[in-house]
Amino acid sequence: METINMADMQNRIENVFQDKNKEKLTIYFTAGYPRLNDTTTILQALDEADVDIIEIGIPYSDPLADGPTIQETSMKALANGMNIQKLFEQLKDLRTITQKPVFLMGYCNNVLKYGTEAFCQKCEEVGVDGLILPDMPMNEYQIQFKPYFEKYNLKNVFLITPKTSEERIRTIDDQNGGFIYMVSSSATTGGSWEDSPERLAYLQRIKSMNLTTPQMVGFGIADYSALQLVNQYTDGAIVGSAFLRNLNPENLQSSIKQFVENIRTPK
Amino acid sequence: MGKLDIKVDENGYYGEFGGAYIPELLHPNIEELKSQYLKIIAQPDFQEEFKALLKDYVGRPTPLYLAKKLSEKYGAKIYLKREDLAHTGAHKINNAIGQALLAKRLGKKKIIAETGAGQHGVATATACALLGLDCVVFMGEKDIDRQRPNVERMRILGAEVRPASSGSKTLKDATNEAMRHWINNPNDTHYIIGSVVGPHPYPDMVTKFQAVISEEIMQQLQEQEGKNAPDYVVACVGGGSNAAGAFYHYLNNEKVKLVAVEAAGHGIDSGETAATTAKGSSGVLHGSKTLLMQSEDGQVTEPYSISAGLDYPGIGPLHAYLYASKRAQFEYVTDDEAMQACVELSKLEGIIPAVETGHALAALNNLKFEKGEVVVLNLSGRGDKDLQTYINYGNY
Repeated sequence: METINMADMQNRIENVFQDKNKEKLTIYFTAGYPRLNDTTTILQALDEADVDIIEIGIPYSDPLADGPTIQETSMKALANGMNIQKLFEQLKDLRTITQKPVFLMGYCNNVLKYGTEAFCQKCEEVGVDGLILPDMPMNEYQIQFKPYFEKYNLKNVFLITPKTSEERIRTIDDQNGGFIYMVSSSATTGGSWEDSPERLAYLQRIKSMNLTTPQMVGFGIADYSALQLVNQYTDGAIVGSAFLRNLNPENLQSSIKQFVENIRTPK
Repeated sequence: MGKLDIKVDENGYYGEFGGAYIPELLHPNIEELKSQYLKIIAQPDFQEEFKALLKDYVGRPTPLYLAKKLSEKYGAKIYLKREDLAHTGAHKINNAIGQALLAKRLGKKKIIAETGAGQHGVATATACALLGLDCVVFMGEKDIDRQRPNVERMRILGAEVRPASSGSKTLKDATNEAMRHWINNPNDTHYIIGSVVGPHPYPDMVTKFQAVISEEIMQQLQEQEGKNAPDYVVACVGGGSNAAGAFYHYLNNEKVKLVAVEAAGHGIDSGETAATTAKGSSGVLHGSKTLLMQSEDGQVTEPYSISAGLDYPGIGPLHAYLYASKRAQFEYVTDDEAMQACVELSKLEGIIPAVETGHALAALNNLKFEKGEVVVLNLSGRGDKDLQTYINYGNY
């Protein structure tokens, strides 16, 4: 059973990055937003849409790395009554809904409070492929988390920024993560995007490092031109805040379909 | 029990508490600070400038005053360490000046800070005015309404007060906003955290800047008592900076009993409390692993205390360790007990203390002293800022 799961997961992630010509897109949404029980509806819509990877945000009271949009959706989700138990319940049929790679994004405290091993075990049980914990430092990962991630076949996604040293990026590349999350600039999530020379230099620098782990760029990506640009240099783009801002609670599925079509269409 | 050896380890831990749980975005800033702070603090010119400012500007050493009537009442020799007489009215200035000097040596031109009651904000605004640094203070929208005079003090001193409107709009969220601002402005900005909280090296760095308190206590007790260590040191704990400073030189002297006093609010089991060690559990808050008040689901819960300075859902990792290892005794004092103690000190000794300090004073009731024992209570701040709280309380 375990080996099959692992093979499935490897395939799910590897399949995504195999086609080098396709522009790849990860969509983030906050679980429990706009309504408590929208999670599976959103997953279904993302499965049908031209989305490559799905990232489910666990709402947290103190999301340090997030800008106003994800702060608001998190507060709303918590007010709606979302919690980790409920999320795992909602995800119990995850693998009948979608075969796309699914990552959970949250903060360390959510995992620690649940119990790191119990959390990892539950992730494997429902078919989650990996975790993104932006406030988990590498040394803590290696000491406290890695044994459980490995035991339960979860990929860890590390973040890098324009200020991360080459040495540190190489170390991260050696961790066999699902992908490397390239933060587009020194900013919290949901900011604006400019094709600044610094940003291009950053994309070029990472490309020239020929990393073995795929890289996806997030923070501030909201339209086709940014999606297309980062796909020229890296393995894809991650869109969160812009997606959440465009969710229409009255018509979730069509607003999701529309958003993904728009961001994939050259203007 | 072996010989005590309480100090931060190279990864920023006190036992199982501490560390640096920060987004990668803050990694370069924290690394820079971690690699530089001990070196800079040890430089002779830094020490010279810091000590001169503490003496001539802050007014240190602050007196160690034998409170005779209080001593009579509690049957011990009770000394008050008069941090309330430091410039700006509390111990917060020690750390603000230390970090502002450090920021200048790191080449930073802008300072950010978080504040709850406004004391750390005022201290930081003061240090920035003195040293010619730009200053932005993040303050929860609710606290801006509750602490108007301190908001205006900061503005008079030239600081910008930026409302934190996220989350619960109090100190916890002001801290989040300051960290987010730092993420967005990493190059020219230094973040002066006001307590012994946050990612390593902050808890240790702030403790070291506040350690001047226990350094002075040792000298002053030597002069007044002929010995440099008391039987007890008593201090209130929100994040825990005044307690860390008062405890520091006695941490490894097992003959000295350390008493940390947390705010019980309306009572430990009332659901409205800030007694983190009583009601909290292990987790990560503001970049360090520590004890914090949280839901079953790991969401940080909002604390309550009459005192804005103790109204924080966590405590510094050093204090979490002192609690877990039983090195310090933790006491819990309600709003009412603290206010009674504030009024008592005012009538007995002619000192109107900060409501935070009232918690430490009220804890004297919970301790059983032998005759002749020496107690040092850290009088962390003065009560001017709390006049409205005294008026609302009314029983004086």
